[in-house]
Amino acid sequence: MSTTADSLHLRPHEAHDAHHDADHKPGFFVRWFMSTNHKDIGTLYLIFAIVAGIIGGGISGIMRWELMEPGIQVLNRAWPIGAGTANFDEWAHHWNVLITAHGLIMVFFMVMPAMIGGFGNWFVPLMIGAPDMAFPRMNNISFWLLVPAFLLLLGSTFVSGGTGLGAGTGWTVYAPLSTSGSAGPAVDMAIFSLHLAGASSILGAINFITTIFNMRAPGMTLHKMPLFVWSILVTVFLLLLALPVLAGAITMLLTDRNFGTTFFDASGGGNVVLYQHLFWFFGHPEVYIMILPGFGMVSQIVATFSRKPVFGYLGMAYAMVSIGVIGFVVWAHHMFTTGMSVDEKMYFTAATMIIAVPTGVKIFSWIATMWGGSLTFETPMLWAIGFIFLFTVGGVTGVVLANGGVDNYMHDTYYVVAHFHYVLSLGAVFAIFGGFYYWFPKMSGRMYNELLGKLHFFVMFIGVNVVFFPMHFLGLDGMPRRIPDYTPAFAEWNKVATIGYMITVAGVAIFFVNIFWSLVAGKKAPDNPWGEGATTLEWTLSSPPPFHQFSTLPRID
Amino acid sequence: MPTGVKMRLIGWAIALAAAGLTPAAAQAPASSPAPAQSGAAAPTATPPAGTAQNPGKPDVAQPAIVPGTVGHAIPTPGVGEPDGRKGIQMQVTPIGEEASAFHNNWLLPLCAIISIIVLALLVWTIVRYRRGANPTPSRNSHNTLIEVIWTLVPVLILVGIAIPSIRLLRHQYTPPPADVTVKVTGHQWYWSYELPDYGVSFDSYMLKEANDPTRQANQRARTDNDGPPLLAVDNRLVIPQGKVVKFIVTADDVIHSFAMPAFWIKQDANPGQLHETWAKVDRPGVYFGQCSELCGARHGFMPIAIEVASPAQFAQWVGQNGGHMPGAVAAPAAGPVSTTPNAAGNATPAPATPGTAQPNPAPAPQTPDVANRTNQ
Repeated sequence: MSTTADSLHLRPHEAHDAHHDADHKPGFFVRWFMSTNHKDIGTLYLIFAIVAGIIGGGISGIMRWELMEPGIQVLNRAWPIGAGTANFDEWAHHWNVLITAHGLIMVFFMVMPAMIGGFGNWFVPLMIGAPDMAFPRMNNISFWLLVPAFLLLLGSTFVSGGTGLGAGTGWTVYAPLSTSGSAGPAVDMAIFSLHLAGASSILGAINFITTIFNMRAPGMTLHKMPLFVWSILVTVFLLLLALPVLAGAITMLLTDRNFGTTFFDASGGGNVVLYQHLFWFFGHPEVYIMILPGFGMVSQIVATFSRKPVFGYLGMAYAMVSIGVIGFVVWAHHMFTTGMSVDEKMYFTAATMIIAVPTGVKIFSWIATMWGGSLTFETPMLWAIGFIFLFTVGGVTGVVLANGGVDNYMHDTYYVVAHFHYVLSLGAVFAIFGGFYYWFPKMSGRMYNELLGKLHFFVMFIGVNVVFFPMHFLGLDGMPRRIPDYTPAFAEWNKVATIGYMITVAGVAIFFVNIFWSLVAGKKAPDNPWGEGATTLEWTLSSPPPFHQFSTLPRID
Repeated sequence: MPTGVKMRLIGWAIALAAAGLTPAAAQAPASSPAPAQSGAAAPTATPPAGTAQNPGKPDVAQPAIVPGTVGHAIPTPGVGEPDGRKGIQMQVTPIGEEASAFHNNWLLPLCAIISIIVLALLVWTIVRYRRGANPTPSRNSHNTLIEVIWTLVPVLILVGIAIPSIRLLRHQYTPPPADVTVKVTGHQWYWSYELPDYGVSFDSYMLKEANDPTRQANQRARTDNDGPPLLAVDNRLVIPQGKVVKFIVTADDVIHSFAMPAFWIKQDANPGQLHETWAKVDRPGVYFGQCSELCGARHGFMPIAIEVASPAQFAQWVGQNGGHMPGAVAAPAAGPVSTTPNAAGNATPAPATPGTAQPNPAPAPQTPDVANRTNQ
């Protein structure tokens, strides 16, 4: 360890105690339920994200099963939820509940906890040479708020939400479907779920901003921080500024539903489009929140396995900043068909297209990092390279959608579904898997199985492309979103997509086998399994790191 | 057209002439799509099977529908409906042609080229700079020139896209003066259409399959002549070919969205608001769309079907639906009519009740509005 502990002139047994205290862990209950340790809280977030991912992914399996063929084959089976209903409207409502749950779970309970709560908590303090986060106990509250949030969402599927059980509004929860169109407690429970998840993220944002601004080790200026830390910094600023707007929007839904307000009801002077402006003012920064940490992880991984520093560090950092800033002024490209004026449409078209520039800078910089490097292709690097290509494909369809006059055709079709799943399932999720494999040895102290890791990558690469590429065709052919049944002309590509899902599930199964095997019987991991390319501070610590690290701060030159 | 249908039409014409029922046909209630006649011609539906609610009881007898007549034109496979292939639906409006050409000839190739360039660069670096081929990594992490290039070139490409894109928007937002105005209202879970200038209003529900257990006895089953499953409706909207049609869209309850891919239009139906879109369709035929904003349980089951007919057929359809051409002079034999001397072009909406309909369903006299409008 490159600390300056030697200069403290401790007597031998005190030195031993200091070292012992650095690794002294509390008892099980205190350690895991009352944690103030950023690494343990990061582990809790990762376990939570995995559980939520299994549920959210399972829901998408039910969806793909139903969509495999025209007609209703699955929704009309007896479910634990709403068992015994023989009413077509309730079956169809159940479809809307499934798509809503899939979206909310993947966004708020899988991607965000994994990237920000999981990897952010684990590695931001380590990378900046800090002993922990600025507010370790508030860090714990942030995690534990997610548990009731998730339970509220799952619980909402057991109570009435209008035409059946559960909230069937889509993750966007548009009024008036979510107000006058959804009688019963389900949507209220979903709203409270989002309140808690939002509060969790806002507190986490405060924590990260304070930590990054104030607790960098001596010599680590902002312009020497690893790019992953930059990505988290920009992400949490977006969270801090955007989430309160969501909170306002969904609180207005709550009062419209329960307290007689008419924010979104024209008969009382309100406006349904107001909800959409408020939601998407949050919603667009939200999608950058979901991808920016992925950008940061890809930067770390590519630099490590190219054995070269990231090309154009300042360009990369400020590209992320500009993506974050511009991301706040493009929200209405989600609303092109609501009936906006031509000037509004022209502005949002132009502003949205501008974001392609800093994003392109990043793609080219990653390639330039690899250029001239000495590349090896361990599993994390495969995920990062896959990310670079597939995020580009998702990004270019985003440029197509950015054109307001063209979006008329594609809005609310499967073309949009294809676009965002490419940037999320093939972007963010690839980055999460990349980060997981990259940091698994550090977190667990064990090496994963490299063959299974590569197999997971190749099977899943094929699977997710087979699921989502045909959706471009379905969208261009006119298939709308959020429908449980479709005219037979759409059958062929839907069937292909479902087969792709099955391949993807096989890939995920390989992942779980790998993790269980590695935790039980994996080879012990060294401090730095990745070699000369891994230059950030976490690789100077043991694997796993001691319970407390950097009680004496490292000095960065 | 297929032989069987032709024979049915001939039989139909004979029956009509013999019965002299043509004038009576025009006075049928607005909601019935075709003159109700005794079954000299075979109905198009298969012999009505019992529904699950009444397994042994056949459907309530439906007015016979003659495929090929206005309101029941036979759709062309792959036109105005998805074809199961990979591309945008065939476009039948000038705006749609401009937009789909912009996508197919510029945006799509650009997407493909950029993706291929990135892929090629990745493959090249993987091969050329793998550790086996390049054991010593360079330390080079700056090159101002290339950073400027890969910032400026995308900017230029985006400007190149923006010019036709903004032009398309400008074209979409400067419609020619409208010839026909249709008010579209979304409901849970069907559409209703009004042509206030013509005194026509009706609801339009999806046609269910013959074996759908939720189909009621008085709901006729879908046939292929109506359109594909989940797209066919009982009462189509008919609009005249080559005329500028303005759609004023709203909703009754929650947000819906009025979409017609073949016209490149999509307008959200917001309760409490009116929003306009427009189309000028050059090709007669039948076109299908679907509700495009999540609106509850049957969001996927409230399609839109628009039939584009000749102006003469459109006038006939208006008459069949209890309406009148705006500004047309009332025939002396007619009862109280809604047309007034100053009705030209701005008739107040006539209630669509029997009795106020023009007695003559033959091609109505062209009003100055429709006949003299120049199309731009």
